[in-house]
Amino acid sequence: MKKIEVNNLTKIFGSHPQQGLKRLMNGEQKESILAETGMTVGVNQASFSVEAGEFFVIMGLSGSGKSTLIRLVNRLIEPTSGEVLIDGQNIVEMGKNELIETRRKKLGMVFQQFGLFPHRTVLQNVAYGLEIQGVKKEERNKRAQQSIEDVGLHGYENSYPKELSGGMQQRVGLARALANDSDILLMDEAFSALDPLIRKEMQDELLNLQNKLGKTILFITHDLDEALKLGDRIAIMKNGEIVQVGTADEILENPANEYVSNFVKDVDRSKVLMASHVMKKPAVHMADKSGALAAVRKMEEAGASSIFVVDKDNNFKGLLTIDNAINAYKENLPIENVLIEDIHEISPETPLNDLFGVAVEAKYPLAVVENGKLLGIVSRVSILSGLVLGKNEVTAP
Amino acid sequence: MNYFTLPLEEWTNRFVDEWLLPVTGEFFDSISEGLRTFVDGVTDLLIAAPPELLVLILIIISWKFSGKGLALFALLGSLYLGSVDLWEAAMQTVAIVIVSTLISVIIGIPLGILAATNKTMASIVRPILDFMQTLPSFVYLIPAILLFGLGNVPAVIATFVFATPPAVRMTTLGIQQVPADVVEASKAFGSTKWQLLYKVQLPLALPSIMAGINQTMMLALSMAVIASMIGAPGLGSVVLEGISTVNVGLGLTGGLGIVVLAIIMDRITQGLVRKNKK
Repeated sequence: MKKIEVNNLTKIFGSHPQQGLKRLMNGEQKESILAETGMTVGVNQASFSVEAGEFFVIMGLSGSGKSTLIRLVNRLIEPTSGEVLIDGQNIVEMGKNELIETRRKKLGMVFQQFGLFPHRTVLQNVAYGLEIQGVKKEERNKRAQQSIEDVGLHGYENSYPKELSGGMQQRVGLARALANDSDILLMDEAFSALDPLIRKEMQDELLNLQNKLGKTILFITHDLDEALKLGDRIAIMKNGEIVQVGTADEILENPANEYVSNFVKDVDRSKVLMASHVMKKPAVHMADKSGALAAVRKMEEAGASSIFVVDKDNNFKGLLTIDNAINAYKENLPIENVLIEDIHEISPETPLNDLFGVAVEAKYPLAVVENGKLLGIVSRVSILSGLVLGKNEVTAP
Repeated sequence: MNYFTLPLEEWTNRFVDEWLLPVTGEFFDSISEGLRTFVDGVTDLLIAAPPELLVLILIIISWKFSGKGLALFALLGSLYLGSVDLWEAAMQTVAIVIVSTLISVIIGIPLGILAATNKTMASIVRPILDFMQTLPSFVYLIPAILLFGLGNVPAVIATFVFATPPAVRMTTLGIQQVPADVVEASKAFGSTKWQLLYKVQLPLALPSIMAGINQTMMLALSMAVIASMIGAPGLGSVVLEGISTVNVGLGLTGGLGIVVLAIIMDRITQGLVRKNKK
């Protein structure tokens, strides 16, 4: 179901936006419109849609119109033309009261500079949205308290914003947006003002919250890494236009134009690539029915000194080294008894970034396991080659 | 440079004599009547009340809004006013200041809010304020007499004209200084204009508004003194008498009385500003 649908949304700043719009429709470039009329095309015929529960990121550099675009969605800025459908209702055509009602019930917003009310405590800030709806004090404080706890600010209810650090202030901003229990969160560069460590922490928590609460999120950022990490889908904006919409994979693999590919070129691969991108089919594996001798032979064939062991349903059992296999053969033990079981298991979605530490410490390759099944292995070499080559080359046969 | 003669003086006088007074005289009379009742009421109340009680209240207020120092000063200042026999004159001045400040604030703050939220209103209000602030006060003392007669009513009117601009300007400034993202946040959560105003803009503009009220009160006091020239009773008339009779001693006693009032009023309203900043 489409939660937000934006069609041909255009915003022209200046004295006669309708004239500017006409020029734009006649195919004039925004530069010549600016030069001839002095009017700025903020957003140029943007169209996209966001599914319910989707994390949709709009990425663009400063001046690309992304902040204008998100403000057009809740009409903090009046669109010049086009439509914005929230749950199928066109917000552009709403009357004043309808608009206020939609903002109250359906749209929460988080701001880059937090936008907290300095004269109100954390609790009063978070309860603001409910307060203006006329929710009774007891009820609104209860709900505000809940979202304060959701963002991990328990104990700071009576502090004032200026007494909190930037990261905590943005948690208040997030809690305030959550308290209304609106389905949609609009987040305008919500984490851009935070330092990198706090930013990462907030990103992770936001992902957790979204998993838990199932919000539809429209997130603005100028940081491609952030976009790739958070977004189910990403729209890339340039000069007020959306130049590409797609998943992180689609954008990395098939940049729509040079602009996007230049962007993507500098992406830190370690954050984008996941274990599944660099893992290899284990060179050899065997059902646990066959004995130690068969395993030794397979190792010889592969020229390896160890082998991953699975049962007939490909359930991961452990690692068998050649020494252990020979011992087992000599003493006639079942292989299960000599398996090394404390092998590092990682999920296919683990980012490469998180594998460095593990790989350095591990004596053996890492096992990529999902639901108990062995999907592949990741060796130190494949992590490095993944970083250097990108995933296409690694996964190519 | 006189290429042509502009009979502005004549025109103005004819306008006043032939139109303003006959046509609007009644209207101004009724305003005058209402104001007189108000100012006289406040004056009578202040004079009739036992000075000791007033001083006690003043000390408590000073203590609360400023501190021990001002409370002590209020006590000493009051003793001074009593000892030079200027208590009644001081109360007359205070009455004019209180009434005109009240009117300035009641009219000035809403005007300031309008000017802050409405561009058309701002472009109308600003030149009027400039005019009010730059026109020498003596100039509008004259029409004040014409329209409202002599005494404390024209004094209140002249004081109102003189003292309102800061209340308007500081209100406008305070509201415009509310950070844009805070206003945006309030709107984004679905505030109506009223909710935005009284839950966000006004509370955040309060320190600035209070500073405006402080300025208004100080200007009102200085004008209340000048207004003695159009017959306003009070400390100003004491000083005026000192000037006209070249009585340096009388001038000084009256002048010091004004200083005492000024310091107490200023510190109390300053205290209000500080309290609201927290």
